[in-house]
Amino acid sequence: MLKYIMRRILLLIPVLLAVTVLIFTILYFTPGDPVLTILGDEVTEETYAQVQAELGLDQPYIIQLGRYIWNVLHGDFGKSYMTGIPVANDLLSRFPTTLKLSLLSMFLSVLIAIPLGVLSATHQNRLLDTVARLVSLLWVSMPIFWLGLLLMMIFAVKLKWLPASGFYGPKYWVLPVLALGMEMTGGILRTTRSSMLEVIRQDYIRTARAKGAAENRVIWKHALKNAMIPVLTVIGIRFGNCLGGSVMTETVFSIPGLGKFMVDAIKQRDYPIVMGGVLLIALAFGIINLVVDIVYAFIDPRIKSQYSSKKKVKKLVQTAAGKEA
Amino acid sequence: MESRIQKKHKNSNFRNAMRRFMRNRTAVVATVILAIMILLAVFADVITQYGYEEMDTAAALQGPTLKHWFGTDNFGRDLFSRVLYGGRISLVVGFVSVGIGCLFGCCFGAIAGYRGGKVDMIIMRILDVFQAIPSLLMAISISAMLGTGIINCMLAVGITGIPKYARITRASVMSIKETEYIEAARAIGENDAAIILRHLIPNSLAPIIVQATLGLASGILSCASLSFIGLGVLPPTPEWGSILSAAKDYIYGSLHFIMFPGIAIVLAIVTMNLIGDGLRDALDPRLK
Repeated sequence: MLKYIMRRILLLIPVLLAVTVLIFTILYFTPGDPVLTILGDEVTEETYAQVQAELGLDQPYIIQLGRYIWNVLHGDFGKSYMTGIPVANDLLSRFPTTLKLSLLSMFLSVLIAIPLGVLSATHQNRLLDTVARLVSLLWVSMPIFWLGLLLMMIFAVKLKWLPASGFYGPKYWVLPVLALGMEMTGGILRTTRSSMLEVIRQDYIRTARAKGAAENRVIWKHALKNAMIPVLTVIGIRFGNCLGGSVMTETVFSIPGLGKFMVDAIKQRDYPIVMGGVLLIALAFGIINLVVDIVYAFIDPRIKSQYSSKKKVKKLVQTAAGKEA
Repeated sequence: MESRIQKKHKNSNFRNAMRRFMRNRTAVVATVILAIMILLAVFADVITQYGYEEMDTAAALQGPTLKHWFGTDNFGRDLFSRVLYGGRISLVVGFVSVGIGCLFGCCFGAIAGYRGGKVDMIIMRILDVFQAIPSLLMAISISAMLGTGIINCMLAVGITGIPKYARITRASVMSIKETEYIEAARAIGENDAAIILRHLIPNSLAPIIVQATLGLASGILSCASLSFIGLGVLPPTPEWGSILSAAKDYIYGSLHFIMFPGIAIVLAIVTMNLIGDGLRDALDPRLK
């Protein structure tokens, strides 16, 4: 198992390296001259050349790329064109906010979606199921930013229960987390429902009932555990959406997180920030998918056995053979 | 006689699927609603009394009246006109971006699935890299490179969708490439391109159609999101996201300004999702 985890971590490295190349290339070919962004249009040729050389922008593409990757590996994401402050500091100070927002949203949506999805499946085609399906359809269909605006309008402007913007404490978290979490909830609910519907028709569920297990135990233990694999996959994918979607939520609620920081940077053509931000989010996304893969193995012994070391399998086979003999 | 039998056989799969789809009441209603929305968007200039750029600052931010069914926006422009014309742009962006994603995605996926081996590995690893970045973020990065505007917005959203279609096509192609009719096609000397285009892609179309319908919904959402943060379609061009972007500064008073464009988006997305689900059930009865 440890070997499997190590292999997955190692596989993450080339992907992240390639993401770095990809995002660097995209932004390298973006029109607009960073030197002019920094200095303004009225600039002498001398200062232009000087600043260009300082930033290393006079070098060919491949050397700039190589230097960027080298620096990133050493934790240096470059300096902001606008402020001159090292990007790494700004990114790291804002990342926890985005991560907190995403994790809370994920937590909320799992908390709502899985029980509701299970109940929806066990009450198939009844009122509860119809309502749950309708609600989940609406949730996946609502743009995050529109839901955010509506929540803001109702709970902040009209009722004045909660603050409309910022992210300074639990009270501030409620609306953004709701806005971001609902989209995810819809997706997870739909998957939980369909996965459960498939599982509860299986023979082993009938066996569990036949041997007299209580209905609650059959559904919540036997069935749910077997239905979790596709649900986990969706949670992993949706978490990526969530990290991307935090850009929207942060813009709507003026939250000083990574997403808003990046959008502002794009508008100012401050590319080191954008590159660093995308990399950081890709890293977080990769780690979450890694965690999901590891959790699979813990939930499903069939998957775990695939990755147990050959030695162990050999030993098991030998003991089994020994017993037979 | 023989040709009649052949003809009937050729159509029966499609007809069966259509029959199943027509029996799904929700999906049919959704199709009708979406059709009405498309017609409203196409005939926007006939239906609306006001142009989408016609300003009347004296009548700014009015609620719905008989004159202005959806009220007016911050420049006194008729919101009904803007939502209808906005629908034109949002729907076109949705369709074109799905087209881009489908076209390239299917080609890459079919080549990867058909060739297998090294080609497959290279294509799939490249797609892995694209998918390592959350899709909205990818669309944002690409549209930062391309700049704002309708066409760039379509490109950004379309390119972002390529991996999804490629994966589906690849899976589908891999499952049918060993079948006898593909072998027969190879035996009569058809080249790879012809086999992919004439046999493999048409026969793996069902899951692609379903994904395309759902992709239409997410394409419209992504484009609206891009416009909302000021990267996609810029004002004064009406697009649902860009109308909402203007509306967000008026949440303290103008409910209608936020409600109507939002409802338009939700209605379009809900119907597309319902049609997608209906198509999935109709085209692949095994899944039901």
